[in-house]
Amino acid sequence: MTTRNSLSSPARTVRLGVSRARIELLQFFRDRESAVFNFALPMILLVIFGSVFGGQELGNSGITFAQYFVAGMIASGILYTSFQNLAIAIPMEREDGTLKRLAGTPLPRASYFIGKFGMVLVAYIAQVTLLIVVGMIFFGIELPQSAFQWFTFTWVSVLGLIACTLLGIAYSVVPRHGRGASAVVAPVVIVLQFTSGVFFVFTDLPTWMQDVASIFPLRWLAQAMRSVFLPDVAAAGEVGGSWELGTAFVVLLIWTVLGAVLATLAFRWSPRGKDS
Amino acid sequence: MSNLAIRADDVHKFYGPLAAVDGISLQVAHGECVALLGPNGAGKTTLTEILEGYRDRSSGSADVLGVDPQHGGLAWRARLGIVLQTDRDLGDITVREAVHHFAGYYPDPADPDAVIAAVGLTEKATTRNDRLSGGQRRRLDVALGIIGQPELLFLDEPTTGFDPEARRGFWDLITNLKQNGTTILLTTHYLDEAEALADRVAVIARGKIIACDTPSQLGRRSTSQATVTWIEHGQTQIEHTDKPTAFVAELSQRFTGEIAGLTIRRTSLEDTYLRLINEHDGAAS
Repeated sequence: MTTRNSLSSPARTVRLGVSRARIELLQFFRDRESAVFNFALPMILLVIFGSVFGGQELGNSGITFAQYFVAGMIASGILYTSFQNLAIAIPMEREDGTLKRLAGTPLPRASYFIGKFGMVLVAYIAQVTLLIVVGMIFFGIELPQSAFQWFTFTWVSVLGLIACTLLGIAYSVVPRHGRGASAVVAPVVIVLQFTSGVFFVFTDLPTWMQDVASIFPLRWLAQAMRSVFLPDVAAAGEVGGSWELGTAFVVLLIWTVLGAVLATLAFRWSPRGKDS
Repeated sequence: MSNLAIRADDVHKFYGPLAAVDGISLQVAHGECVALLGPNGAGKTTLTEILEGYRDRSSGSADVLGVDPQHGGLAWRARLGIVLQTDRDLGDITVREAVHHFAGYYPDPADPDAVIAAVGLTEKATTRNDRLSGGQRRRLDVALGIIGQPELLFLDEPTTGFDPEARRGFWDLITNLKQNGTTILLTTHYLDEAEALADRVAVIARGKIIACDTPSQLGRRSTSQATVTWIEHGQTQIEHTDKPTAFVAELSQRFTGEIAGLTIRRTSLEDTYLRLINEHDGAAS
């Protein structure tokens, strides 16, 4: 049948993915819980931490903690808008009938995932913009100076978002119920923030903690974002004495592949205990 | 391609040792409206979800619009409309946003604003769905079920929470769809609804169809006893009879003129339904 082909054509899949992204964004920003938890929280944390510790200079680097922290929060923004957002929202959708309704329509499943990624991307861009503006106004952050820094910022953001979106989809099977999802998801994000050089300076952490954190994406996201938002001399203050962007790329790539495999294996359209 | 919209043949669904659907065969012609009646847990929803492609059957064969529902693709889904029970999704968007959005999924959708009007939500079109009443919320579900102009519409308890006026409005809507040739499989707890809408009624108990007929013929209802009541000597008199016509003719000889308070009541669909379920329970235990 020709209709079969046209209903699964790439053009239709993408068009409906964009349509999904629009609806997802409406829901994301209108839902008070998600808007506060996933979106406003980084801004609030930035203002609090920045105001309390902001003026402290890190060693003799000429860099303030506020600058260090803004880079870490932008990296955290990737985790908030993709991993945390999806790992909480998808269990709710599984429970409230969203996924079942969609599965009963001629919506290609790929369009659903395109819509999720589109929502994540737009939410992240909005969040990063606000974080940078707040950082510039209150904490003396400067926009990236070189084309190379903008290039780094772009690929780190995109690769980080893809990896953490896939991981969020995979992790969405962990919460047993939609209502309790945030309690199962948020601790992961908070612990990573403490151990990956966001709330504390990474080099101040015990070596074993650094080693554990280095397995996960956030340490590398944060370090890469520091290469974008801090002056180049600050590289000397990193663990390896350089920004290690190559390592960051490899680690994020591995997590992307792992996330894709886990998301494919683990994702379910219906609640636990029901088949199909 | 089958000339039936739905054909189920000896369908079973086991959960461990429990047979939720225990050998159901059902045929629904194109353009027909069939109502599934039965107590909670009888297997209505499981059967419906097998036909909708949500669940795989354990054994038996099924054919829905010429396709095995276990292998239905997007083109098949585009020909179905599904109204599920108890949806709480889409709370943050408005009626209009939801209906317009879902219209985009279908190759030949109805006009979204016309559908919103048809389910009586025009005044609520810009209201967020989580601020709708229970009945309005169900009407949104129905709107999303019919937006794709489906050939086959599944309605699972569509009028739960409706006030009587809204229910009448809904019946008119479904009657319109029927007149346009839509095939409908309706699950309901309201026997008056089944009687008003369905061409045939299938009563399901413990995973089996125990009776399937037109609403008027179900359980030999049309020929079963009638109850005649009238007022005589200042008291209500009651007579149960197989031959109400003859009885009333006889009665009219005793009265000069009109018989006071005369009613003749056939067994209601509800009476018949309850009798069937009780008989089946008695036979099963």
